[in-house]
Amino acid sequence: MTEYDLLVFALYLGAVLLLTRPLGAYIARVYQGEATLAGRLLGPIERFLYRLLGTRESEEMHWTTYARSFLLFNLLGFLAVYGLQRLQAVLPLDSDRAVAVTPDLAFNTAASFVSNTNWQSYSGEVALGYLVQMAGLTVQNFVSAAGGMAVLAAFVRGLVRHTSRGVGNFWVDLVRGILYILLPLSVVFALLLVSQGVVQTLHRSEVANLVQPVQSAGGGAVSEQTIAVGPAASQIAVKQLGTNGGGFFGTNSAHPFENPTPVSNFLELLAILLIPASLTYTFGRMVRDQRQGWVLFAVMTVLFVAVLSVNTWAETRGNPTLESAGVAHAASTEQPGGNMEGKEVRNGPAMSALWATATTAASSGSVDSMHDSLMPLAGMGAMWLMQLGEVVYGGVGSGLYGMLAFVIVAVFVAGLMVGRTPEYLGKKVETYEMKMAALIVLIPPITVLVGTALAVSVPGAREAVLNPGPHGFSEVLYAFSSAGNNNGSAFAGLSSNTPFYNTTLGIAMLVGRYWLALPALAIAGSFAAKKKVPPSAGTLPTHTPLFAAWLLAVVVIVGALSFLPALTLGPIVEQLLIQ
Amino acid sequence: MTDIPTGPQVQKREAVERWTIYRRSVVDAFLYLDPRVMVRNPVMFVVEVGSVFTTFLFAQAVLGRGEAPAWFIGAITFWLWLTVLFANFSQALAEGRGKARAAALRRTRQQTTAKRLKGVPAEWGKGRRAEYEVVASTDLRTDQLYLAEAGDLIPADGEVIAGVALVDESAVTGESAPVIRESGGDRSAVTGGTRVLSDWIVVRVTADPGQGFLDRMINLVEGAKRQKTPNEIALTILLAAFTMVFLVVVATLRPFSAYSVLASGRGDALGLTVLVALLVCLIPTTIGGLLPAIGIAGMERLIQRNVIAMSGRAVEAAGDVDVLLLDKTGTITLGNRQAVDFLPVGGVEATQLAEAAQLASLADETPEGRSIVELAKNRFGLRGRSIGTGVPVFDPPDAPARFIPFTAQTRLSGVDLDGARIRKGAPDSMIAFVKENGGVAPEELQTMVDSVARAGGTPLVVARNGEALGVVHLKDIVKGGLHERFMHLRKMGIATIMITGDNPLTAAAIAAEAGVDDFLAQATPEAKLKLIREQQAGGRMVAMTGDGTNDAPALAQADVAVAMNTGTQPAREAANMIDLDSNPTKLIEIVEIGKQLLMTRGSLTTFSLANDVSKYFAIIPATFVAVYPDLGALNVMRLATPQSAILSAVIFNALIIIALVPLALRGVPYRAQGAAQLLRDNLLIYGLGGLAAPFIGIKLIDLVLTALHLT
Repeated sequence: MTEYDLLVFALYLGAVLLLTRPLGAYIARVYQGEATLAGRLLGPIERFLYRLLGTRESEEMHWTTYARSFLLFNLLGFLAVYGLQRLQAVLPLDSDRAVAVTPDLAFNTAASFVSNTNWQSYSGEVALGYLVQMAGLTVQNFVSAAGGMAVLAAFVRGLVRHTSRGVGNFWVDLVRGILYILLPLSVVFALLLVSQGVVQTLHRSEVANLVQPVQSAGGGAVSEQTIAVGPAASQIAVKQLGTNGGGFFGTNSAHPFENPTPVSNFLELLAILLIPASLTYTFGRMVRDQRQGWVLFAVMTVLFVAVLSVNTWAETRGNPTLESAGVAHAASTEQPGGNMEGKEVRNGPAMSALWATATTAASSGSVDSMHDSLMPLAGMGAMWLMQLGEVVYGGVGSGLYGMLAFVIVAVFVAGLMVGRTPEYLGKKVETYEMKMAALIVLIPPITVLVGTALAVSVPGAREAVLNPGPHGFSEVLYAFSSAGNNNGSAFAGLSSNTPFYNTTLGIAMLVGRYWLALPALAIAGSFAAKKKVPPSAGTLPTHTPLFAAWLLAVVVIVGALSFLPALTLGPIVEQLLIQ
Repeated sequence: MTDIPTGPQVQKREAVERWTIYRRSVVDAFLYLDPRVMVRNPVMFVVEVGSVFTTFLFAQAVLGRGEAPAWFIGAITFWLWLTVLFANFSQALAEGRGKARAAALRRTRQQTTAKRLKGVPAEWGKGRRAEYEVVASTDLRTDQLYLAEAGDLIPADGEVIAGVALVDESAVTGESAPVIRESGGDRSAVTGGTRVLSDWIVVRVTADPGQGFLDRMINLVEGAKRQKTPNEIALTILLAAFTMVFLVVVATLRPFSAYSVLASGRGDALGLTVLVALLVCLIPTTIGGLLPAIGIAGMERLIQRNVIAMSGRAVEAAGDVDVLLLDKTGTITLGNRQAVDFLPVGGVEATQLAEAAQLASLADETPEGRSIVELAKNRFGLRGRSIGTGVPVFDPPDAPARFIPFTAQTRLSGVDLDGARIRKGAPDSMIAFVKENGGVAPEELQTMVDSVARAGGTPLVVARNGEALGVVHLKDIVKGGLHERFMHLRKMGIATIMITGDNPLTAAAIAAEAGVDDFLAQATPEAKLKLIREQQAGGRMVAMTGDGTNDAPALAQADVAVAMNTGTQPAREAANMIDLDSNPTKLIEIVEIGKQLLMTRGSLTTFSLANDVSKYFAIIPATFVAVYPDLGALNVMRLATPQSAILSAVIFNALIIIALVPLALRGVPYRAQGAAQLLRDNLLIYGLGGLAAPFIGIKLIDLVLTALHLT
């Protein structure tokens, strides 16, 4: 690891910390319906949309109505994306070249984009036309992110309100999330990316003359290269900001047109954590106790830095097998050193480790290196961040409500330990909340483990694994960890565009999204209806370092207990084998 | 109950009782294996199913077609069954004491006869026999009347509507001194199974047979109708969720291992015995097994303190209490106020005042009245009137004296003697009395009244006809040690509010002296109810004690309501706990027991989950080392063989349950501390302890197994 790397790491963490407060405060203003500059500019559009949707700003929804609206909206989105893919051959913009996507792949992609996962079993520039990319996928990039934030906003309202029936209005939260948070940020961010050279055009492709013509496999001379371009910057901006991660190009942010310079690399990295980290501040602001937000931020950051350290160490150290074979791969002026397999050379091992950690911590899933080629320990780090339930920053909105479910479990056990019916922010945690929080915490491990078990048992699916030994097992485990936790990044090394994987991973994504969002809303509704217990000396304080440590322990222990056996058979044994 | 004689005989009897309980608990542990009973506890039910499963595997192995050596499957099976039995034993043991007590209670609830009355005769008089029919006590129904005379067992719970009797309630309370039961007032409730010692009473039945206080008590102490409490249900859900995840972890491990065998070309897929063993080690058996015992033991600790909780929910709620409403009289102060000073007005001699006060109090049998007589005697030697026996006899006997008793309306009492109207009473009534008799109340009097009140005393004004003589200072005596106790409560985050009928000035002074956080002065039942509702609307949980009928609405409204056993039937009906000792201060202990109950659950849950982390280090390397020999590097405990590692973990898992039974029954030690310190301490002990214990325990068991060549 070079000094430059360290500097960038420090700058990165510093920038996340610095931006958390202002952006978080702004987001809180948006969801609390306070005046903002964007509100003054876009207010007419907002009000027009409400008229269109037949709702009013002041209309409050019971959590069940909120959940129904959320589900209905997602179902429509799902059908739209599915339909656009199946019909792209007859729809405008692409009818000349695109062919209909197969049903299983269309299902997988639709599930993937509505659930904010952005798992891609296809390669964008080959399989999908611009209409699908723009009207289908980019739209979902916005609305799935706004949907996650809306559920979070409802959850937080549940904690803030007392003896209330409503948890907010889904349509209002959705519209505000898009109009006032995602759109402005994306516009600014897209322009920044374009300034760095990210392409934004409706041209199909550029043709370049090869300096040195080559022979094709068929024997003919090849003197031209067709370079795919397209409206990339606009999609990449929201891909990074909304923890979506679905690249415009197949190689995602390793592609020079998606991520051309060190500056664009830094900006894209920053965008991954920007909103999820800021939401912790939003949370503190909305519950009127900023310390509560910082505790969550601290727990997330400690986990992030811990995994980042291991990943970076493993990646910059390189492969011991190569070392014993006499290959020099220490960092020097000649080379960045470390594990360069599967890396974009411009980025090198440390930057790639940072990206791999950030993208799996937040449920982004965009990549700038080949995760399959990560050292076993780094691969495990990436996998484990997802297996924790995407709560280390996590997806926009979903990460924080996932973490709050862990908080409820932590508060419950700790609350008993101090001899009181556990309460969080004045809300008693009782049987109903426990049931729902248990679902949120425990469904993802079950989805991941059952999915993986199916995949390694079903004969057809087993052959899709391209690598032998424990690494092959890691590939399957990673795929289901990614889908079941709505991350979307892939280890690759797995021929996942098969009906089996498209279907099972698609189901895992849907379960991972909705089976958690619904209990989260249920908790919101139940909390909102409760009285608020005033704090006393007997109340478990949830803003202290001690509670942060306990919460951290709960997250780690639940994650470790659920996945240690599986990880042992994958990355752990792999690491031991190359030692 | 409090004055149990000690001595070798008693110790011997207790030892015998203990053995009986142990013996019966062992038997019960087997009886509870009934799946219909086990299914109530999801965690242990899973262990039982696993045990049955490995028993089949063992049988298969004995027949020669086992998936592993028969000794290994046999040993695992044996310890799995022990795990279930240990958990059952802990529950049976917790129930044991209650059962013994229930049996004792049941003996008193023997079938008796009742003298049922047709109706209330118009007039009750001496020598007149009531018309009754003798029926079985089980034939009595609510609202029927019965007569109980000296020597009769009271056949059913009820309320005295006529008569007065001395009743021996030791069967219920353990208190040997008989108590008076009479109609009206706060001593009108009688309990079935107690015995009338003298006189007679007519009682209206308030509970059908089988529904009475004693029946409920038997059910409660026996745990027969024990319902899970809210927190217990929530915890059970959390534990069930963990169990489910581990079920999936273990179930998916078989295909994972099968795949790994293919991938590495070595070893065998995990055997079912190992998987079941792994599952049982991972699911939270420690807390799952001890959970029922913890709850029952919490109730039992209350019973030991002579408090009967009507439901476990009430005990749990006690731990959550934010506000304690404490009656001043009896709880904060000793029941009686004492006269401590005579303050004469203007030119009146102190002796004159004392004499008048004494005269006015001669017929006053209240402790306050007696203390006035006493003070006058001690301070001024005023003993011209005979008070030797404590029963006032007027001297000279031919004096034309007429005593005026105290009433709530007049709020004064006194004597008319030799044409002089001597009165003592509440200041405002007395001032009115003075004016009525053509006098004027000097301004000085009001100042004195105020200063006494401000000092926390109760001022009594004494007057002769139209002349105000002065003020008697009655003082409340605050019980010792309360100040400290309230400070502890404050540390625990519990506010104390003193309820008193006194005026605000007096109340403030006593509140300050006792160290309560707040007070409600001039409290009426309505004001009390309103205060509780206000506190509850603010999200607080309120606990209170009460005994009178007018306390019943407030008791019903409070979250934790403790009725005194001497209280009225309505009060006892409205409360969710009954204190057989009728000691209002016990509320504080009840709160502590409630907290301890929750803390024990939380601590053992933490311990149980922390255990898992360490157990993994024993089991994971052992299970996969045949497939990937490199995993031997994770065997940090250096356990001898894979079999001994797994067996050691299973044995540890079983033994830790039995090792923690005393803790579950006793509860984790409770200290009055803020939540932050409690969490820190318990996390250190049970969190870190939970991480460390299995490392040590499993290693030791492994060493023993190896030394004995058992593996």
